[in-house]
Amino acid sequence: MTQTGSGLLQPAPADQFGPVIPGPPIVRRPLALKVPVAFAGLTLLAVVAFVFGSDAGLTTRFSLASETDFFQLPDFAVPTRPAATVLAIIMAGLTLLAFQSAAQRHKLGLWLPSVFGLAWILSFMVWVIAGKTSTWTIPALLAASLSLSIPLVFGAMTGLVCERVGVINVAIEGELLAGAFLGAVAASAAGSAYVGLIAAPLAGMLVGALLAVFAVRYWVDHIIVGVVLNVLVTGLTSYLFSTVLKSNAGLNRATQLPKLPIPILGDIPVIGPVLFRQSLLVYLMYALVVGLQVMLFRSRWGLRMRACGEHPEAADTVGIQVNRTRIRNTILGGAIAGLGGAFFTIEMGLAFNKEMSAGKGFIALAAMILGRWNPKGAVAAALLFGFAGELAQMMGTMNTPIPSNILLMIPYLLTILAVAGLVGRVRAPAAEGTFYRS
Amino acid sequence: MRLELRGISKRFGDFWANRGINLTVEPGEIHALLGENGAGKSTLMNVLYGLYQPDEGQIILDGEAVKFTSPGDAMAAGIGMVHQHFMLVPVFTVAENVVLGNEPVKAAGLIDAKQARRLVTEISERFKFDIDPDAYVEDLPVGVQQRVEIIKALSRDAKILILDEPTAVLTPQETDELLTIMRELAAGGTSIVFITHKLREVRAVADRITVIRLGKVVGQANPSDSQTEMASMMVGRQVGLQAPKPAAGPGEVALKVGNLSLVSASGGGLLQDISFDVRAGEILAIAGVQGNGQTELVETLIGLREPTSGLIELNGESLAGRTVRQILDSGVGYVPEDRGRDGMVGGLAISENLVLDQFEYPPFGRYGALDYKAINSNADAQIKAFDVRVGSPNDPISTLSGGNAQKVIVARELSRELRLLVVANPTRGLDVGSIETVHAEILAERAKGVPVLLASTELDEITVLADRIAVMYRGRLVGIVPGDTSRDALGLMMAGVEQGKALAAVGAALPDQDDSVEGDLA
Repeated sequence: MTQTGSGLLQPAPADQFGPVIPGPPIVRRPLALKVPVAFAGLTLLAVVAFVFGSDAGLTTRFSLASETDFFQLPDFAVPTRPAATVLAIIMAGLTLLAFQSAAQRHKLGLWLPSVFGLAWILSFMVWVIAGKTSTWTIPALLAASLSLSIPLVFGAMTGLVCERVGVINVAIEGELLAGAFLGAVAASAAGSAYVGLIAAPLAGMLVGALLAVFAVRYWVDHIIVGVVLNVLVTGLTSYLFSTVLKSNAGLNRATQLPKLPIPILGDIPVIGPVLFRQSLLVYLMYALVVGLQVMLFRSRWGLRMRACGEHPEAADTVGIQVNRTRIRNTILGGAIAGLGGAFFTIEMGLAFNKEMSAGKGFIALAAMILGRWNPKGAVAAALLFGFAGELAQMMGTMNTPIPSNILLMIPYLLTILAVAGLVGRVRAPAAEGTFYRS
Repeated sequence: MRLELRGISKRFGDFWANRGINLTVEPGEIHALLGENGAGKSTLMNVLYGLYQPDEGQIILDGEAVKFTSPGDAMAAGIGMVHQHFMLVPVFTVAENVVLGNEPVKAAGLIDAKQARRLVTEISERFKFDIDPDAYVEDLPVGVQQRVEIIKALSRDAKILILDEPTAVLTPQETDELLTIMRELAAGGTSIVFITHKLREVRAVADRITVIRLGKVVGQANPSDSQTEMASMMVGRQVGLQAPKPAAGPGEVALKVGNLSLVSASGGGLLQDISFDVRAGEILAIAGVQGNGQTELVETLIGLREPTSGLIELNGESLAGRTVRQILDSGVGYVPEDRGRDGMVGGLAISENLVLDQFEYPPFGRYGALDYKAINSNADAQIKAFDVRVGSPNDPISTLSGGNAQKVIVARELSRELRLLVVANPTRGLDVGSIETVHAEILAERAKGVPVLLASTELDEITVLADRIAVMYRGRLVGIVPGDTSRDALGLMMAGVEQGKALAAVGAALPDQDDSVEGDLA
């Protein structure tokens, strides 16, 4: 029997005895109308609410630069209703395309939903800001979105490091909180935010080590350990906050990592200030994401850890110590989330406060799933969540037609939709959450 | 490399899986380890491969005693193993699987992908495997996956290669090719330990044969010994290899399947356009290599999957679209292929498992309460009738051996008046005695005039039982041939060669209508 590059079976007898029965059978895939129908609904909503819901004659003003920028781009204004109409036409076109490709049983690419989403959000913003005297500064919006997504990115990276090696980590929330706590305390005690940046990952590692010991060594259900650890860290930090930190104010001061603008890159219009006038923590995040993307799929470390998460028996039979690999990477994951926890205190310039991680660890987990256990996907998802959160916050401060409490629900609704798998079938590492007896 | 095992014993609780086993494998020798399922062959090899620690005994390589605490040690010493269940990561490429644990690396721990690919191509070319190093393992047919396993072992310079039941998943032709590869490897100086319970293969390829029964070596056999001699040694008593099958007396068409198709959720075609009949008192066997749609076909017939299109009729009544409950109640008996998962509830008692599909109805259940008197007396009767070896009928069924558990399932399914019997791989993993019992029961149903559909991946089983054989390949029916069609022709059809060409290739006449064919039997 021979084997072709495409991996299809071509038994050798075929050469001698003529064609084999062709396979696999060609059967039409069932019509997948979920996405096109969702597009149609959203387009209709945009037409009703944003085109006809806006008063004629209003204009929408955006601004592309703040006063401190090197390049001063002018503000620009568009008439609201025509702009919303143009966007609605674009959306309608995309909807038709989606229906067409569904009818032809083609798979939807990534670009179609992306462009559609962008158009919808733009038209939403055009409608919301219509007629407001205060302009919206786009770079400021993007910068704040990036900022909100920092803990999500770190958390999602933790999640995927742990799950790729086979350990389900729902203790990301606790690891973030522990990092925030120790980061703030160490920075205050040493009087330097950078010391906090060193201490924060240590706190996360400690939580990660507990998770690893119980989940890998003692075979406790991963999710149960994770939940218990979250409760433990919340309780411990709250207790220390209201006792030790209350009586020693010097241990919990607001310290902030300085911004380190990168010359030239930081002067690029619009994205320069957003991406390259940041603190060391954010630059570390960039390095982490790029590094993980490469190492996970192309290094020995990545190959071995993924083998442990996909097929631990196979890893064991080629001499890889499955449980040791799992423990090490779970602790590494803890360090990443701990570092991310520094965001809440020393990146934001705030003193530690009770439960200040506010559920970000769980959203990070959702970002990881939405990103299909892939660093670049997880970052995209984290940025999306960050953007939705920032949009909701900004509109809450303006007098918008939608109650701000509803807007604040947007990131969580997105999360539910993402986790429910509306975005397509996702495939977790095959052996995640399992125990290995070596 | 010369391998010697001296007095190896391995115990699990009170059970001796291996007891005082001695075995010598000379360099370049193919040494067959012959024994029934559960005789202790795999345990012995796992001891050799460092997966288990022996309780007693020594492993000696080229005259030196060695101790393996992990597979890594065994590999470093030059022992490679192709496991019965492949140890390949499905989402990795061939090259990634081959180098895993032994990766060529460049700076910063990055894998040298070029080197990895070269490793695969080199070995692959040497044995004419023709394997694409960048193909994902999950996309490869099992026969090719097995070659990836062999490449993996050879890439680590294995001097001793253990093959654990390697032919279980292969077509007869693929098996022949594997045997050729084994001979080539042995000629090149690699020692091969070939674990199997298939006598034909042992006789074809082995230089020496060690027979194991109940964890002990019971003797050596010669490749020239007859199959009956080897089988008797393996089983420990005289066995007739063929269950005598009385002539068929098929009646009316009972089960009618027409243009049955099944599409998976992701749009893949699992079954396409399957049509066949089964007559009363006839056994129709579904042959094919594992994973060519037999499982899906059986599950569709029994109502576990809803057909996308097509017709299923039993005695003129449509079964398509009915629930499993309704189908079973209409008189269909079902022996599933995965008995641990689908055939029984491990934690329930043997007596309860014997009424698993009937407990709602009198005499076993009334007004929502179970009548344990009836259940227990039923259990006593069935256990006696089917010669199930149990401690107590109230023990959980999970305490039974595979053979006895299967007897319980068969007893349950045959305890009712049946209008159709569907059995899938009914003797997988059973010992010879249990196989004989199960086969005899299936033939008894046939004698009663029950139509039987038998899906099996074991050609031996099919040739013993089948009146007609339907061969499946990739979700389609390649053809339906008489029960005495030669193994070679069946093997070709299992690889997708059309019926006419397959029969012509082995020199058999084309079957016309239902006349049986004089094929030259292998």
